[in-house]
Amino acid sequence: MVCTKQKTGIEVHMSSRNKILSAIRSNKPGAQPLPGITGFTAQQPDTERFVNTLQSIGGRVVRVRSFEEIIAHIREAFPEGTRIISSLPQLAGIAETGWSNAPAHSLENVQLAVFKAQLGVCENGAVWVTEQDIVQRAAAFIAEHLAMVLEESTLVATMHDAYLQLHNQRYGYGVFIAGPSKTADIEQSLVLGAHGPRTMTLFLV
Amino acid sequence: MEQSNQQHADLARKFNGNESRVNWHDETLWWIRQKRDKIVWQVPEWEALREAASQIKHHVLGNLADYLEEFERNAQQNGVTVHWAADAAEHNRIVHSLLQQQGVTRMVKSKSMLTEECHLNEYLAEHGVEVIDSDLGERIVQLLKEPPSHIVLPCIHIKKEEIGELFHKYLGTPEGNADPQLLTHAARLHVREVFMSRKVALTGVNFAVAETGEFVVCTNEGNADMGAHLADVHIASMGIEKIIPRREHLGVFLRLLTRSATGQPVTTYSSHFAKPRPGQQMHLVIVDNGRTVQLGREQFRNSLKCIRCAACMNTCPVYRRSGGHSYHTAIAGPIGSILAPNLDMKQYADLPFASTLCGSCSNVCPVKIDIHNQLYQWRQVITQNGHSPAAKTAAMKVMATTLSQPKVYTLAGKAGRWVLRNMPWLVNNRLNPWYKQRNMPEAPKQSFREWYAQNKKQG
Amino acid sequence: MTIGLFIPCYVDQFYPRAAIATLELLEKYGCSVSFPAAQTCCGQPMANSGYEHLTHSCNEHFTTLFADYDYVVCPSGSCTLHVKDHLHASNEQAALGIRRKLYELTEFLTDVLQVTTIDAYFPYRVGMHQSCHGQRGLHLAQMSELVAPPFSKPLQLLQQVKGIELVSLNRKDECCGFGGTFCVTEEAVSVKMGKDRVADHLQHDVQYITGVDMSCLMHMEGILKRRGSKVQVIHIAEILNAAVLQPATV
Repeated sequence: MVCTKQKTGIEVHMSSRNKILSAIRSNKPGAQPLPGITGFTAQQPDTERFVNTLQSIGGRVVRVRSFEEIIAHIREAFPEGTRIISSLPQLAGIAETGWSNAPAHSLENVQLAVFKAQLGVCENGAVWVTEQDIVQRAAAFIAEHLAMVLEESTLVATMHDAYLQLHNQRYGYGVFIAGPSKTADIEQSLVLGAHGPRTMTLFLV
Repeated sequence: MEQSNQQHADLARKFNGNESRVNWHDETLWWIRQKRDKIVWQVPEWEALREAASQIKHHVLGNLADYLEEFERNAQQNGVTVHWAADAAEHNRIVHSLLQQQGVTRMVKSKSMLTEECHLNEYLAEHGVEVIDSDLGERIVQLLKEPPSHIVLPCIHIKKEEIGELFHKYLGTPEGNADPQLLTHAARLHVREVFMSRKVALTGVNFAVAETGEFVVCTNEGNADMGAHLADVHIASMGIEKIIPRREHLGVFLRLLTRSATGQPVTTYSSHFAKPRPGQQMHLVIVDNGRTVQLGREQFRNSLKCIRCAACMNTCPVYRRSGGHSYHTAIAGPIGSILAPNLDMKQYADLPFASTLCGSCSNVCPVKIDIHNQLYQWRQVITQNGHSPAAKTAAMKVMATTLSQPKVYTLAGKAGRWVLRNMPWLVNNRLNPWYKQRNMPEAPKQSFREWYAQNKKQG
Repeated sequence: MTIGLFIPCYVDQFYPRAAIATLELLEKYGCSVSFPAAQTCCGQPMANSGYEHLTHSCNEHFTTLFADYDYVVCPSGSCTLHVKDHLHASNEQAALGIRRKLYELTEFLTDVLQVTTIDAYFPYRVGMHQSCHGQRGLHLAQMSELVAPPFSKPLQLLQQVKGIELVSLNRKDECCGFGGTFCVTEEAVSVKMGKDRVADHLQHDVQYITGVDMSCLMHMEGILKRRGSKVQVIHIAEILNAAVLQPATV
């Protein structure tokens, strides 16, 4: 800290800010150009790779043609009375859809959350959603189980291709989700369901 | 100084007291190295990607102040409060003051090596604040009252039976049960309660995007998100070097990070935080803590490219056989050994010597930090700054004189005897550490130079 | 073509066989080889211990001795790498020249002499230890960490030796733990690394462990002998120089 009179927190922080920035300016290396990364993009998406990769990281993939099939699948997997939430009006018959203003903590007993993802990445099985898609940020994490609906046509090959689409997108929060929450902290044994959803099902349309 | 130079070696010797455990530790980490190899071979452009990442980071280091200002401006526009901390103490004070403003004495924290570096938990504990680490591995070492031994796999040195015992004691799991599934579930329930009740959550930052003011946090467990999305206040701590220029550069780094770290294609969650939720506060603490000094050290500044993947630890044959705690610093292994001397050259004078300079670390590094060359360079800097033992310096001076004067070298009797007496690994005395577990090479009847003089005409 | 033979100090004293084999091998391929008798040591033990600043006069001496040869050849990847990376002298032009014309033995054979046939016979099961400085420093062989096509200059030569049976190790390029002064300052880890490396070879029933660096081999030999093993270490030059005998007469 360079500021000798530390009357307010702000004053202290401003001085550290300037100290840091000026130290950087006097210590930095000579400028080097930013390399181009366009050479990595525009690979062809490969659905099979996406499916295999997602399955290899613990995700479940269900190929469907319609929301009816999705509903049937959910009905089969979850007993009646299970708390299910979704952002998709097509699922209003089996899921709550009017929970956008509910306190996040009240979602704790949600068994299944179903959302639509914007795109999927073949190289790593991840899907992209923003807070518009998941209504509340906590929803994709607090639910016991997570399901995503993804149109096959949105698949991209790599993360470069994904960011080619996302680079101008405006969001308060967005996340790539690749399979269920997991940990291998205990002797490298993979356990699905660490702090987030214990399963992740992807309905590929 | 003598003591400081023995530290890693002493701690490593203790670790080697239990050979089967060393084997287990080595094999576990080697398995991760193999997983890494397997997955990077699925990316044909891997080496080009490493080069691009290295160059992007180099470009950032050359324009860091501008990018930080751009980042700050955009983050503020997004509604994020930006704080700057010159050192660990200031970082800790800022975090504490934010907790005080909320009137809370409990916080949940996801993994942040920066807060380990700053010893935030200890500081807050001294000020009456309880911190619960939510990452499973970090929670385990926290309950054991130990620091993490690995930056990605904090309890890689602990056996499941010990975790079973620990969880039995603290979380009430059945005695004698060491099933990872059961133990993980117990931790899930325990930490879920914490997530549900904490008003302030702290996370680390993997990448901060200057162009958008957003920051990205990567976890497998979802603990950073659970903490942040359920808290009224989200504090994120980041070192100044976390900046990348544009969102599209995340494509490069997210492809490299997890493949290098654990051999997964990507972490389960790559969370992009741009704005606070309505009604939420989001604070970013940007920390220097010696980084600007390192930036000024020409031969060491590339260490600031590090993205904390720990691939260098997993591949390091010394780390695998000495354990993370032998490095007595928050960030262990090869990368820690080139970062720590910048923070305290005397205290960490031993670390650059805790390596065979085999170079495997530099080869796995996703941002191509020349780690083993920097270890060599640190050895020179540490010696020139007077942090080497005096006896070693005296011996080296004798060696330098002798080796530059062939007559002295030869007159020292037979040159062979000189080598036997003076080569550090061959010092012929009973205290020679070489001899403890290794036989000495047998001296042949004739040295090569003697044979040459007898059999060949001198050139 | 005149070649200055640079023999590491501990090879001179403890492993003259390796030096003799190197000399004979080079002569076999028509080189005119001299051993400047005033050579001492390249200074690596000092430099790796943090005392590179004390190696100046050592470097001057080295530069004077080797400046006039067409090539300098050394049967050690580690010493070669040290000189290539760190040799500087008041006559910097000469030092630079040496850094450029200095070769480790196997790369000299494959790259300069472009040896395609080896007349040697070595009917044993052999494990090849990839010494790190030769491999990762001089790129004598591809490194397992990189996504790049495999190659190996030492193996390329060994594969031409008649009768040899080369084994494939579980960890093909892990460090043996010698590491210069590391082997005594970090004795516990150094020995453990050495034991593990040796175990990999023993698991594959080798009769010999070979490599381009006698220092690594000396370390592993120390461990082998301590446990009473009959497995021997041998410098690669000795195998490449092993006389071709009719199997019947062996």
